[in-house]
Amino acid sequence: MINYLKSGLLSLAAAALLSGAVWAADAIVIKGSTTVLPVAQGTLEAFMKANPGVQMSLSGGGSGEGIKALIDKTTNIATSSRAIKDKEVELARAKGVKPVAHVVAFDAIIPVVHPKNKVNNLTVDQLSQIYQGNITNWKEVGGADLKIVVISRDSSSGTFESWDHFVMRKAKVTPRAQMLASNGALVTAISKNRYAIAYLGIGYVNKTVKALQVNGITASIQAAMSKEYPFSRELYMYTDGEPQGATAKYLAFVKSAEGQKIVAREGFVPLAEVKKTVKKK
Amino acid sequence: MNRKTKEIFIKYLFLLFALVSIIVLGLIVFSLFREGLPLFSTVAVHDFLFGLEWYPTYDPPSFGIFPLIVGSLIVTAIATLISVPLGVLAAVYISEIAPQRVKEILKSAIELLAGLPSVVLGFFGMVIIAPWLQETFDLPTGLNIINASIILAVMAIPTISSISEDALYAVPREFKEASYALGATKFETIAKVIVPAALSGISTAIMLGMARAIGETMVVLMVAGGAAAIPESLFDSVRPMPASIAAEMGETPFRSAHYQALFATGIVLFLLTLAFNLIADYVSHRFRQTGSATL
Repeated sequence: MINYLKSGLLSLAAAALLSGAVWAADAIVIKGSTTVLPVAQGTLEAFMKANPGVQMSLSGGGSGEGIKALIDKTTNIATSSRAIKDKEVELARAKGVKPVAHVVAFDAIIPVVHPKNKVNNLTVDQLSQIYQGNITNWKEVGGADLKIVVISRDSSSGTFESWDHFVMRKAKVTPRAQMLASNGALVTAISKNRYAIAYLGIGYVNKTVKALQVNGITASIQAAMSKEYPFSRELYMYTDGEPQGATAKYLAFVKSAEGQKIVAREGFVPLAEVKKTVKKK
Repeated sequence: MNRKTKEIFIKYLFLLFALVSIIVLGLIVFSLFREGLPLFSTVAVHDFLFGLEWYPTYDPPSFGIFPLIVGSLIVTAIATLISVPLGVLAAVYISEIAPQRVKEILKSAIELLAGLPSVVLGFFGMVIIAPWLQETFDLPTGLNIINASIILAVMAIPTISSISEDALYAVPREFKEASYALGATKFETIAKVIVPAALSGISTAIMLGMARAIGETMVVLMVAGGAAAIPESLFDSVRPMPASIAAEMGETPFRSAHYQALFATGIVLFLLTLAFNLIADYVSHRFRQTGSATL
């Protein structure tokens, strides 16, 4: 809920700043995924403290919104929890924008339920059937005799697209599913509803919800890194062309050891650890 | 500049100011139709309005907004059922019964209610009413039709109450005096003379309250649950049209079919609010009292 509030306040602040600051030399506007928001916010605060001359603003809205803003040239950095789509690349080219991807962290998507739910583990197929509306009662998957309330992110969310990619594989989410507008709203809904199931980015999972195992594997930073946990993905920041000036400096900071410490603090998987595991192999 | 040219200059300056809002409205309506209508070259109007499936991001997409229309109408209808008795009776009390001091306090309290940002009310619905509904009635979800209707009713009450109160206030003193002179009680005077005389104003108030409720976005986005299916009970989640537009506009590629479908949804919403306004206008003329009670 704090995050939910924060994102609202930040977008207000962004709107206020946007008017004057966008094209000033040392101004950076960041917009996009609510999943990447905690990472962007943490690194932004540290970066601004170290570089007091730089004006920065940050807002959420969803991965699609961020990329759209990049194409419309109203943002310097678009944050996204999915890779840019071919259609978006075409549209960007048509407007003379050349999106360049920077992987800044890794994330895992975790199915979550109310802490009092007895179910501990679901298979990918069970999750898919629940989200398609074919399994409608918790007793069908080893839980209590309660109706399942399916909660999903709305379709502008990168998390929604990743869920579609990992779990649904193009199958349609049941129209009875509730579509909520942010990760924060999902946490609130799940923590207060013992009938419900939802999915969250690992950075948003806290004690008010219960994380489920998938195919018997507990989601953790280690399991996400080794790709043992099935639902892990890259988090991106997109720029128009190779970044320059303050934007380049900020992106370098995010990828630096100090920036990646913030990534880990916010509950995501830092890049360095992924490199380490790759080297080991 | 002599007096005459000054006069003419000012006259046209004011005309320009008056035209600005009409021009702005015209441009908005024009772009709404320009962006929305192209959808109907690929999707039949009937399939759009009465289609039961809203899957705009799938391949092939389906653009049926019937569940969204039903969602909008049902939350508006229930919000009206709640807000009309509360709003109108509050207006009667404030205008006819309350002592001066109470009247002043009540009036400013209702004005304060009108000033509450909808996101605050939505937040209230999400973290307080939703869990309460869920626990009290043992429901699968608290984000549902009833919750959204309650919040929308709270938002419509100030509109209904303050416009009704103006209408009641405008009922001439002679009407009341005549009624009392005939030996009618206070209740009889209110029920048979004052309220009927103010009926056109009260009806207008109700229609404007409903228009406010059907167009409200933030509240339904936050507390209606967002399920694009035709509800089977009052405790099901729905996805009213404004919520759908607000939630999805962010991700639609510019001028894609989905983008056009959201604009077309906007057209439907615009026509509905226009209908409410026209009905309000018609009603206020139809039931207009002539003579000294004319508003």
